[in-house]
Amino acid sequence: MNHAARQRLSYDGVVVAAPVTVPYERYSIESAQWWIGRALKGLVESSGIDKRAIDGLVVSSFTLQPDSAVALTQHFGLSTRWLDTVPLGGVSGIAGLRKAARAVQAGDADVVACIAGDTNQVDTFRRTLENFSRFAQDAAYPYGAGGANASFALIAQHYMKRFGATREDFGRIAVSQRANALRNPHALMKAPLTLEQYMKARPISDPIHLFDCVMPCAGAEAFLVMREDIAASLKLPVARIAATIERHNAFPDDVVQIRGGWARDIGELYAMAGMRPDDLDVVLTYDDYPFVVMMQFEDLGFCEKGEGPRFVREHDLTIGGNFPHNTSGGQLSVGQAGAGGGYLGLTEGLRQVLGQAGSTQVAGARAALASGFGMINYERGLSSGAAILTGPSS
Amino acid sequence: MTQPLSPPRKRSPLNRTLAPSQPPAARSRTSHGFTAAAAEGRFALQCCAHCGSFTYPAREICPECLSTELPFVEAPRGGVLVSETTVRVPADVYFRERAPWRIGLVKLDCGPVMVSHLHGDCAEGERVAMSLQLDKSGQAVAFAKPQQETPHMQDDRQWREMTADPKFRRILVTNGRSPVGLAAVEALLKAGARTIHVGVPENWKPFPEEERLRALDGVKLVPLDLGDERSVRDLAADIAGKTDILVNTAEFVRPGGLTDRQGTSFFQMELAETYMGLVHLAQSFGPAMRMRGADGIDSAAAWVNVLSVYALANWQPFGAHAASQAGCLALSHCLRSELRSGGVKVMNVFTGPIDGDWFQTLPPPKVAPRAVADGIVSGLRQGLEEVFVGDVAQDVRRRLAANPKALERELG
Amino acid sequence: MAATDLAAFAAALAGGSVKVIDLTFTLSPDFPVIVLPPEFGQASPLRIEQISRYDAAGPGWYWNNITLSEHTGTHFDAPIHWFTGKDLPNNAVDTMPVADMVAPACVIDCSAQSAADPDFLLTIPVVEAWEAEHGRIPERNWVLLRTDWSKRSGRDYANLGEGGPHTPGPDSAVMRWLVEERGIIGFGTETIGTDAGQAAHLDPPYPAHHFLHGGGRYGLQCLRDLDKLPPTGAVIIATPLKIINGSGSPVRVLALVGETG
Repeated sequence: MNHAARQRLSYDGVVVAAPVTVPYERYSIESAQWWIGRALKGLVESSGIDKRAIDGLVVSSFTLQPDSAVALTQHFGLSTRWLDTVPLGGVSGIAGLRKAARAVQAGDADVVACIAGDTNQVDTFRRTLENFSRFAQDAAYPYGAGGANASFALIAQHYMKRFGATREDFGRIAVSQRANALRNPHALMKAPLTLEQYMKARPISDPIHLFDCVMPCAGAEAFLVMREDIAASLKLPVARIAATIERHNAFPDDVVQIRGGWARDIGELYAMAGMRPDDLDVVLTYDDYPFVVMMQFEDLGFCEKGEGPRFVREHDLTIGGNFPHNTSGGQLSVGQAGAGGGYLGLTEGLRQVLGQAGSTQVAGARAALASGFGMINYERGLSSGAAILTGPSS
Repeated sequence: MTQPLSPPRKRSPLNRTLAPSQPPAARSRTSHGFTAAAAEGRFALQCCAHCGSFTYPAREICPECLSTELPFVEAPRGGVLVSETTVRVPADVYFRERAPWRIGLVKLDCGPVMVSHLHGDCAEGERVAMSLQLDKSGQAVAFAKPQQETPHMQDDRQWREMTADPKFRRILVTNGRSPVGLAAVEALLKAGARTIHVGVPENWKPFPEEERLRALDGVKLVPLDLGDERSVRDLAADIAGKTDILVNTAEFVRPGGLTDRQGTSFFQMELAETYMGLVHLAQSFGPAMRMRGADGIDSAAAWVNVLSVYALANWQPFGAHAASQAGCLALSHCLRSELRSGGVKVMNVFTGPIDGDWFQTLPPPKVAPRAVADGIVSGLRQGLEEVFVGDVAQDVRRRLAANPKALERELG
Repeated sequence: MAATDLAAFAAALAGGSVKVIDLTFTLSPDFPVIVLPPEFGQASPLRIEQISRYDAAGPGWYWNNITLSEHTGTHFDAPIHWFTGKDLPNNAVDTMPVADMVAPACVIDCSAQSAADPDFLLTIPVVEAWEAEHGRIPERNWVLLRTDWSKRSGRDYANLGEGGPHTPGPDSAVMRWLVEERGIIGFGTETIGTDAGQAAHLDPPYPAHHFLHGGGRYGLQCLRDLDKLPPTGAVIIATPLKIINGSGSPVRVLALVGETG
């Protein structure tokens, strides 16, 4: 069987609006339900929409047990005709956006609240590691209990050796994101970070050091996906979805992961958007580790495989730089609010193209790319996704 | 280069003994295929019965052809260490106390990539030999060692966590009168045991090997009647807190099954010496050993039972004996579960008839006491749970796995 | 016996002019038992399993279960113990006459001979020499062979060596003679068994067991402190447990000894 590739439908008639961030806290005694509910309230307040008009809900969370999304409809007094759960960690935002957009386009829902949120109680992080996946439980976590740090250390170590990347290269990414974060009042990291500090940080799992790691925290991120005409009637500023891609278990034959699924799908991404990489004004990658960011620079087409180190040496990744990247500070500096980390790039990208990014705004940003990555089911990240959003002036 | 172990220093009473903790123990049911292999020191992986491809981690569906037939089969051990990391800030208590801890990704010659514990002499890019080990939680883990023997290889810190190496350990052998007990003492001394207490039942009876045993450096004879609760308790009061490996060589062999034996006193004695003996030992030594599972390089490490392989399947000519051994086997499983929280392994060494008095009229093959002793030492050095010594024991094990009913008929 | 005699006896006990001497070893798990080839059934040594000791298994009380054979520690042999006595009436510890449990004793001191030769055998001439000094052994008396063996312990007590145990005991002729010619009630020793350690090689084997029990008489063994008894005049109290059809019983053996001289 060899079917000719079919032209993908555009997302005409669907818009994205109302980026919401519930400010993060390092530790919270509140539940995931509380954080997700706060995000929902934020959506209603910022959009002015009647709660009863929200007829779709898609949720991502690691800490909602024993609840599933349906429990939230009763908890929040919603009556939806479309409901989904996206348990994809770092790809939750992209995948949620894709599902919601097609549901709206098909008429299955009119207004979908897309929300990711997690609490972070004192023991949450360790328990999430312990119970992350069956393969991890069987075959990764019992080996040093390093969690994602150890898994990505193995991948990063291999990458460094193979492509000559250095810790300084990764450091440039972390340092420039911290510089961005200092302009974001919601970022948990408030102190400047120098490359020297980055290099001197204590090792966590070689070659991963402290400033390569995100800080787990509690928080929530959300946006609305809705019919264009409804948004217009509310006079909401909206963005359009120019293109999306999503891929799981892309290159099983790579002995050690050197690329994500984007490498397989970016042709389609840019074709659908009718753009080239240089047409993007802001890039928001999934940054659970600077090394993963570098991999995305390659796989998303900004440079060739193995050119990532040179790319970061040759570009200024700050808000005012020649390659504005993770302008909010990213998870590395804002914090990783569980599944909320998979939404962070989208909400920031949405603000950028809507001109609502405030102190982190990139001047004249019209097109933003947000990408997601996640789910170390065993020894590699399985899921990847990306979306290009365009703003009203685009 | 592995640094050779230094002899343990005396403990200061000012310091609290580190309480044992366990590495993550949760596993899927299928994954216990590795546990079964690790228990016997085999290296097994799932191999699709349809397309022949090896897979890892454990799963129910072949990722190549979607077959559900994924038996665990012996797999080639070779591979290359393609990446490594040193975990310095683990998320759980066990590894936190043992950090830094080295792990790596090993690309197996037969296909899969395994996350693996690393021997200190493994280097990135080089070939390794894989094994499955039981960690301190009793669960199977992959372990990579250099393909070639390196100096003091056995002393590697991470390897020693997986094993119960007798080197520098203090051992109790429960019966110095039995040929197996005697051979075990000599083999364990040779393997580097620091001291060996040797139990002498019915101390009022002399025995020919006594002087030779007494003359061995590091050996101390102690009265010990396993059937006597008080005797076991008294010895435990003296030495349970400094017994790192307990080798239970209790034996009471008499021929006969149920109906061809006169009276019941042999049944009672069998149970008293072996079953009750194990009960007494477990109650007296178990709690102290379980507390000392993380007590440095001479932590409590293992409990060894020497059992007849007919504990697994009754052999009528020695049927009552086999039944008492089956009771001990069941107790050993209970003990294994109870000692697991202390990281103390319970290893059963199964033997066929031993060359000696009670199986005198049986034709060969019979097991030399020396072979049992070697089985004990190599099992400890590898960290095994099940050791089958000799052709008869191996044969029974294989026939039992193939068809228990057939074996029952063949033995009965 | 008149009531006044018993009152006088009680007064003598209370006043100390009649002494009570314990002839019993402490029952302990490591006390040797008779050694037979291992293919034979074996006497169980004492085993004590604690039931509770003011703990969760019994908060306010301490007690044990014990296991032992009828022939463990200081013990009593009834006629039914040996094939020669198997058909006699009232031959077990539960049916034997209770009056036989209290009887006078003649103590023959062979401690010097036993010290010189662990395989020492008591013979008729030795007993006759004793009678020449102390008078004829009366009927229904115990004859107790004093060897001071009970002063030994552990390995020396069992004294196992080439060919098994080497401990003193009676020869065949003297046992038959004591039973048939002197009508003794029983024979007692300080060693494990009323017979000598090497008695399997006598004719008949184990003559003490053979003749005593064949004649409906009793055995006492593992006695201690026979050196505290006078040659004549002590009264032995040996009351075996009333075990149904029992061949013997661990026993607390007491001797009553009057003031001498």
